[in-house]
Amino acid sequence: MNTQSVSVTNKSAMRALIPLIIFLGMAALLFYGLQLDPRKVPSPLIGKPAPMFELESLEEPGRLVSSDMLFGRVSLVNIWASWCPSCRQEHGELMVIARDHPDLQVIGFNWKDTRPEALRMLRQYGNPYVVSAYDPDNRYGLHWGVYGAPETFIVDGEGIIRYKHIGPVDQTVWETKIRPIVEKYTPKAS
Amino acid sequence: MKQRMHPLILALFLVIGVIGSGPSVAFTLEEFQFETEAEFHAFRGLIEKLRCLVCQNESLASSQAGVAQDLREEVYRMKQEGMSEREIVTFLVDRYGDFVLYEPPLKASTLILWFGPFIFLGFAGYILFRTLGRKTEQPEEDLSEAERARLQRLLAAGGTTDNQDK
Repeated sequence: MNTQSVSVTNKSAMRALIPLIIFLGMAALLFYGLQLDPRKVPSPLIGKPAPMFELESLEEPGRLVSSDMLFGRVSLVNIWASWCPSCRQEHGELMVIARDHPDLQVIGFNWKDTRPEALRMLRQYGNPYVVSAYDPDNRYGLHWGVYGAPETFIVDGEGIIRYKHIGPVDQTVWETKIRPIVEKYTPKAS
Repeated sequence: MKQRMHPLILALFLVIGVIGSGPSVAFTLEEFQFETEAEFHAFRGLIEKLRCLVCQNESLASSQAGVAQDLREEVYRMKQEGMSEREIVTFLVDRYGDFVLYEPPLKASTLILWFGPFIFLGFAGYILFRTLGRKTEQPEEDLSEAERARLQRLLAAGGTTDNQDK
């Protein structure tokens, strides 16, 4: 008699816990959802060949910059514009990256900008890029799925996009997210 | 004494500010010329199904973001070139991902998104009907012979508490 009533209460206590468990599960899921930034849309281009482009150089009008230069070494393609505050914010870090990693080809992709403004920014803050492709009309930015600046792509020596970072690159982002990818695809010097 | 602006003057500034700062160049769909009304409606219908990735709760049809205008122009260009709606959507999804679509496509990774609510609803319905069914089927557990006797004893004792189960 006694044992039976105990097992009955145990069972109903368990049953009473079910809504709580479901609630906690939902809460955990939603809490995880809160951590995600909806502005960071994953790029479908990861693992795919970088879209081709052929644009004028920002610094030397008339000279063509094309996606051919992506082949042969790991590149960091940084989408930037002088009107974008986050680009100014990350500029210092890009300078450091370019200085400390001569193996990495840092390419600028000047996006929806004007030439005088863009050049002024480079004069003011320094130029981390081996070259900047000038795309004022979003002709090729569109093919790269660019929807804001800054965005940073890592392209391996075979021209395959390996990583995309949306938003400014700071030291933490570089060390924890981008650098491991760069090192993974950079051939070891032997 | 502190110099303060008369509230009326402040209000005047506010009004001038609000009127003066209105969008100086608003993007409209009027610049996109089509030969027939039907073509325009097809274009409009298509860009209403596409999301502006900058202002994510706006469609390409309504967004004033620069990138949205670029994409409208691109969609217009593709339409003028005679590309089908499906080809245009594929072009955009290849570059921007499924997120560019307001309605997520049905595929393995989105199954739970599409059917999750129905699974939940079914589960909740099952619980509801089971609970209701049980309530009507078996009313209260009947007292056993021993319990009945004890109840009689308790009633006869006139409210004296007896917790020991003897």
